[in-house]
Amino acid sequence: MFAGLTRNDKLLFIGFTIAALAMPLLAWPVGANYPDLLQKFAIYGIFAIGFNILFGLTGYLSFGHAAFLGVGSYAAVWMFKGVTMNVIPAVIFGVMVSGMFAALIGFISLRRSGIYFSILTLAFAQMSYNLAYSVLTPITNGETGLQLSQDDARIIDRLFVEQGAGLPSTNLFGLEMSGYPGFYFCCVLLIIAFFISLRIQRSPFGMMLRAIKTNQVRMNYTGFNTRPYALTAFIISGMYAGLAGSLLAVTDPLAGAERMQWTASGEVVLMTILGGAGTLIGPILGAGLIKYFENIFSSYNDGLLSESFSFLPDFLNDTLVFIIGPFVGEGWSLLLGIVFMAIVIFLPGGLMEGLTRIHGWYRRRGGGDTRAADAASSRQAAE
Amino acid sequence: MTTSDDRKTGGLTRRGVLKAGTALGAGAVITPSFFVRNAWAEEFRNNPGNASSVKFGFNVPQTGAYADEGADELRAYKLAVKHINGEGDGGMLNTMKPLALKGDGVLGKKVEYVTGDTQTKSDAARASAKRMIEKDGVIMYSGGSSSGVAIAQQSLAQEMGVIFMNGLTHSNDTTGKDKRRYGFRHFFNAYMSGAALGPVLKETMGTDRRAYHLTADYTWGWTQEESIKNTTEALGWQTVNAVKTPLGAGDFSQYITPVLNSGADVLILNHYGKDMINSLTQAVQFGLRDKQVNGKDFQIVVPLYSRLMAQGAGENIKGIYGTTNWNWSLSDAGSQAFVKSFGQEYGFPPSQAAHTCYVQTILYADACARAGTFYPPEVIMALEGFEFDGMGNGKTLYRAEDHQCFKDVLVVRGNENPSSQFDLLEVVQEVPASQVTYDPGIFGGELGPYKV
Repeated sequence: MFAGLTRNDKLLFIGFTIAALAMPLLAWPVGANYPDLLQKFAIYGIFAIGFNILFGLTGYLSFGHAAFLGVGSYAAVWMFKGVTMNVIPAVIFGVMVSGMFAALIGFISLRRSGIYFSILTLAFAQMSYNLAYSVLTPITNGETGLQLSQDDARIIDRLFVEQGAGLPSTNLFGLEMSGYPGFYFCCVLLIIAFFISLRIQRSPFGMMLRAIKTNQVRMNYTGFNTRPYALTAFIISGMYAGLAGSLLAVTDPLAGAERMQWTASGEVVLMTILGGAGTLIGPILGAGLIKYFENIFSSYNDGLLSESFSFLPDFLNDTLVFIIGPFVGEGWSLLLGIVFMAIVIFLPGGLMEGLTRIHGWYRRRGGGDTRAADAASSRQAAE
Repeated sequence: MTTSDDRKTGGLTRRGVLKAGTALGAGAVITPSFFVRNAWAEEFRNNPGNASSVKFGFNVPQTGAYADEGADELRAYKLAVKHINGEGDGGMLNTMKPLALKGDGVLGKKVEYVTGDTQTKSDAARASAKRMIEKDGVIMYSGGSSSGVAIAQQSLAQEMGVIFMNGLTHSNDTTGKDKRRYGFRHFFNAYMSGAALGPVLKETMGTDRRAYHLTADYTWGWTQEESIKNTTEALGWQTVNAVKTPLGAGDFSQYITPVLNSGADVLILNHYGKDMINSLTQAVQFGLRDKQVNGKDFQIVVPLYSRLMAQGAGENIKGIYGTTNWNWSLSDAGSQAFVKSFGQEYGFPPSQAAHTCYVQTILYADACARAGTFYPPEVIMALEGFEFDGMGNGKTLYRAEDHQCFKDVLVVRGNENPSSQFDLLEVVQEVPASQVTYDPGIFGGELGPYKV
């Protein structure tokens, strides 16, 4: 399984696995250690990893990736409604359907590159979104969202289990997929997704994708047909999004069309750029940061703020609340915008560049092994 | 002690799963205190135990098409918490009958609250609600303005075992086919709007009309269109066409132009919030109201009205009929007490959204006080079939069969000569509760179990 990976890669993978599994502990100091947000970290981490394969590695900026997320969700919920509440078939079905959808859209969109590709994907995503609201309402249940109901078919479940009084919940062979079990299920898939992405980046296929990003025209002149490679990357990326979408349905069996809106597509672009496009870890960090902002800062209100500054004298407290107030609560996106601008201006390589810089600075200060620092930074650059 | 057998899946109970979760997280999780409580104390989620306070969650739209309503709802929630804690002038606590609250919080515990933004999206609303339940440990959450969002949150309430008090939601489905044991609605619904509006429409517009519907394309719009259609067709009206429009469309001109040549003489706008403001304004700008069709004056009806919308639509609402759950101009003691304390706090009168949210918070707190516990099944039973008065709508019943409140409904008209910037709706008729009551069986749906 680890054949062909360097020692650094193995360490990276092991470190990532430990960090992912210990996420509840790591998120504790910032008040993010509750199951729903942890699930979101893992799920959007998967989404961002997949997006990064297309954007960071291959250099195609898709502006419609949320469509695959939505399709994955709908497919998974339909599996819950029609067949079984077990999550395995739902996840597989969700990934397959969005993979096929990605093949279709990719086949058309990849005839163009650059901005034209971005606009094409944006158009397709917006079309899916509007279709979900209009002609496809029998499948998507429109604005209300696709939900479970008492009289769903659930063919397989009905064979084995008596229908309960309430709605059944999603489960992994009996283990309910809400709360922490749900998080660990997503977390394991995140680790697998990360591993696959690592293998892709280190493979000849990954080299090919990187070459497409660097200079596609030259690739074509040397006799390579790049489109099958780009299409494969697009489909893999779409399947990652489908996996994330079906996991959203697993942890909360409800699918709404707003998951396909262009803002959702833009969000994953933000995540990737914030974290560091093209790096392995960066997109996951970016996803975590954005979800954290969305869930935690939007909940702050003036009362909570003045409580947290209550150690200050009243005058200072009021001033601080007055200054910070507009940036939290309903203004959380304002704060996100500022952070995003700051990162793009000062750390064009995203959070990962920040980490690399801190790392380098620490090494120089410590006067330690500069060779190792160089190696680390060159590895970073290679990613 | 209350492990429910009815939701067993493969021999696992929620308690078992919680324990498994703890085991899985062991070493990784620095177990938060609510977790410990859940596992060993009387088993229900977010049991306050011996804590000196309880938390309510207020989940309202702070952005999007219903943001105005959301802001007003939040004001009302804050006021309700104040009154429950015995601060301020007490508002409706002075007029509510019967009343078990003593003005010292609930069961001796001070009420605190957390807020969240639903963004008028089911996804975001559920994420925000889950944060409140899992992180902040709320004992009850509430909010509203979109029925789709309300229904999504209500089914989450059932899954989580935390009571959800619906704020403004008008769809029949909320207490119809999507009703839940853990969800309660004080607001009226589309069926009641239809039943109340029917006789007034007959009186003012006659029995020979051709109606054209523009409908917000989600659960609320669908059920309101259906209810109004049933009412008007029973009067003898014809329905020319019913067109669905996306929520938050902004520009409705492409939907309004076809109305001009459709032969319809009444336009029924099943829109709410900013959507209604936009569609009504555009309809008026297109000159619909000055038209004569089939020898009659063209009319516009907005079945669900609110003062906030009237404020947004300005001049255009004059003379337009609709229904509303409550209006600040009502003269009963409960309404007056509420308008007074809301006015003192914020400097303007409350909207119907604010009213229903305020009442819901008080009703929940009062139910806990009557039940003597926060244990949800007991609180639910205290609310079911509860009859009360002095909350602004006269005698009101919380029907046990579908958790819907039955009370008087107001038919209103846009005021031709407003005496102030808030005096926008003129109450045409107070339709008694008996006239809008229906059989709970007609919409189907299942409440589900008490224990989850």
